[in-house]
Amino acid sequence: MFDLRDPMVPAVARVIRSRHETADVWTLDLELVDAVWPGFSPGQFNMLSVFGVGEAPISFSGEPTDNAHIVHTVRAVGPVSKALCHLKVGDTVGVRGPFGNAWPMDHARGRDVIVVAGGLGLAPVRPVLYRLMADRRSHGRVTLLYGARNPGEILYRHEIEKWRTRLDIDVEVTVDHATADWRGHVGVVTKLIGRARFDPADAVAIVCGPEVMMRFAAKALADSGIPEKEIYLSMERNMKCGIGLCGHCQLGPLFICRDGPVFTQDRLRTLMATKEL
Amino acid sequence: MVAARMFDRFDEARIIGVAGLETMIGELGARGHAVVGPVRRDGAIVLEPIESVVDLPRGWVDEQTPGRYRLKRDGDSWFAPVVGPQSWKQFLHPPRQKLWTVRKSDAGATIEPEPLATEKYAFIGVRACEIAAIAVQDRVFMQGPYVDPNYAARRANAFIVAVNCSRAASTCFCPSMKTGPRATAGYDLALTELSGGDDARFLIEIGSAAGQSLVEALPTHPATKADIEAAAAIVAATEASISRTIDTGDLPELLKAEPDHPRWDDVAARCLNCANCTMACPTCFCTTVVDESALDGASASRSQRWDSCFTGDFSHVHGGAVRQTPKARYRQWMTHKLSTWHDQFAMSGCVGCGRCIVWCPVGIDITEEAAALRRAV
Ligand SMILES: Cc1cc2nc3c(=O)[nH]c(=O)nc-3n(C[C@H](O)[C@H](O)[C@H](O)COP(=O)(O)OP(=O)(O)OC[C@H]3O[C@@H](n4cnc5c(N)ncnc54)[C@H](O)[C@@H]3O)c2cc1C
Ligand code: SF4
Ligand code: SF4
Repeated sequence: MFDLRDPMVPAVARVIRSRHETADVWTLDLELVDAVWPGFSPGQFNMLSVFGVGEAPISFSGEPTDNAHIVHTVRAVGPVSKALCHLKVGDTVGVRGPFGNAWPMDHARGRDVIVVAGGLGLAPVRPVLYRLMADRRSHGRVTLLYGARNPGEILYRHEIEKWRTRLDIDVEVTVDHATADWRGHVGVVTKLIGRARFDPADAVAIVCGPEVMMRFAAKALADSGIPEKEIYLSMERNMKCGIGLCGHCQLGPLFICRDGPVFTQDRLRTLMATKEL
Repeated sequence: MVAARMFDRFDEARIIGVAGLETMIGELGARGHAVVGPVRRDGAIVLEPIESVVDLPRGWVDEQTPGRYRLKRDGDSWFAPVVGPQSWKQFLHPPRQKLWTVRKSDAGATIEPEPLATEKYAFIGVRACEIAAIAVQDRVFMQGPYVDPNYAARRANAFIVAVNCSRAASTCFCPSMKTGPRATAGYDLALTELSGGDDARFLIEIGSAAGQSLVEALPTHPATKADIEAAAAIVAATEASISRTIDTGDLPELLKAEPDHPRWDDVAARCLNCANCTMACPTCFCTTVVDESALDGASASRSQRWDSCFTGDFSHVHGGAVRQTPKARYRQWMTHKLSTWHDQFAMSGCVGCGRCIVWCPVGIDITEEAAALRRAV
């Protein structure tokens, strides 16, 4: 949703709920003030504005069938994201979107699905997990591999604990640095890929996290036999418009906002391997 | 006949004099256009509002070489100087424009978009390469999944009077990019200066219904076959005088295949990352946004500004800029112009105007860099 006369002009939304997730991460539920939210597809993003501060691309992290709430999970790293995290219920924000392409939900039907997320990368794939679980019988084996820096940074911890009790999906969580009370895996998330159960000839991989992590994960998934065109990654670059007009998000021939943010590894491999592209 | 084939709108070509040009400027104004043309200011030809032929840089020529631009008196032409430091993007895609204002109150916030652009320009003296550059920006701003409505509005209102080049600068290489020196489409009217001075004669060709309608209001007479051949000869001589070239053949593939060519280090050692080339280039379109709060805190606004891939902030993400080094930034700029632009927009991002060569303070020459990248490592 944006001003129909100009896609650079946001619609106004109000914060109806704010949840403190981990030390520097908040989840906001937004509601448009004067417009009807058209819904989103998992993988897409909004450009969120804090008035007088600026704008940043933020993925959808909520339930894709819920059109009443626009849900975003934000890490406070810079001016805009900090201001977003400090918003209180009732505050207004600007919303432009939904923009970008989506995770391959239809393509994933009937196949094994392996989701690999690192850090805040769990937020943009949470809508994927909601979809998979709502439509569980349409898929083969479903696996979530999640890595966080330490147990305190595990996002959506209660939900992960709930998912882990399900018998129809495999959920594995690892941390880089364990604390005394941590009983799970320790080490990088890519190490879990070798142990995951999926049929590489009939699997789709969905990967989201820091770029280095995605590079290693994509390689490990390819090494395990999944074709590169079945490995999907969500890329992050600087964005000032979200609609292919500002030039900031280029990665070689690609505009991340217009052609992505979701791309298959066969298109990304050489681009990601080129330093400072 | 070559001449007849080149100047295809044979029947419609007419001759106009200086008085006719003066009427043209007045008539465009009367039709609601803000008339903009080449004007000599501070030692360069800039694009400014004009009211009369008197404002044109009659009797001046430009000398352009890598890193150097100079005007000098020579001859008595009205349109001798070719492209200058500015391009028409100054008007169609202005350096700074406000997008919207938000007003906050206890009840919430209201966004007031800026009114849609209403500027109605008439551009006098648009060169063939610049028409090509406008077509490039049309593609970016009007033919993708999202349209920039202000660009589209200004573009729809603009009236274009092309001038076919009767001379070229040493830095021009439009023939290599197949964009000039003759304007073949994309104009309302096109002029070729057959002779200069007080009794100057211009061949005038009509490219649109609006152009036709304007010509009907001007004192003109039909062109002869000799006039048409003379115009063709002038442009042919200009083309023959252009020696700078760029071999575009497999350049798009080559640039993508050579991100580690040592020439990138070589050019990076010279490049100041000053961004002049991107500001001067008529196709560079990148922008950033700036938010400002009013002092009373009750309102805030967002503006869009030209940005450049040579700045550190441009590729900034959490954790630092993606392109940290001058090498990566020059490589991004040149590879975009000559290679990835084809992937993104099915056309070249360079039209061969030579501005980036002239306005680079250290004279970095995109044609020379392309040639060097071709040489075996
Ligand atoms: C498609 C997409 C989806 C995304 N989804 C999410 C999401 O769901 N959740 C989320 O939290 N993020 C997401 N992001 C990332 C988010 O958009 C960025 O972190 C964004 O830059 C935050 O803006 P900011 O103003 O807060 O920080 P920025 O201004 O970008 O600052 C980030 C960091 O750099 C520093 N910095 C700022 N300016 C400069 C400068 N000029 N020079 C040097 N350092 C500087 C800041 O101090 C800070 O540490 C997404 C990005 C993309 C492209
Ligand atoms: S890259 Fe240089 S020569 Fe090509 S269009 Fe831009 S300024 Fe002109
Ligand atoms: S190439 Fe020349 S004009 Fe462009 S940034 Fe480098 S020094 Fe400046």
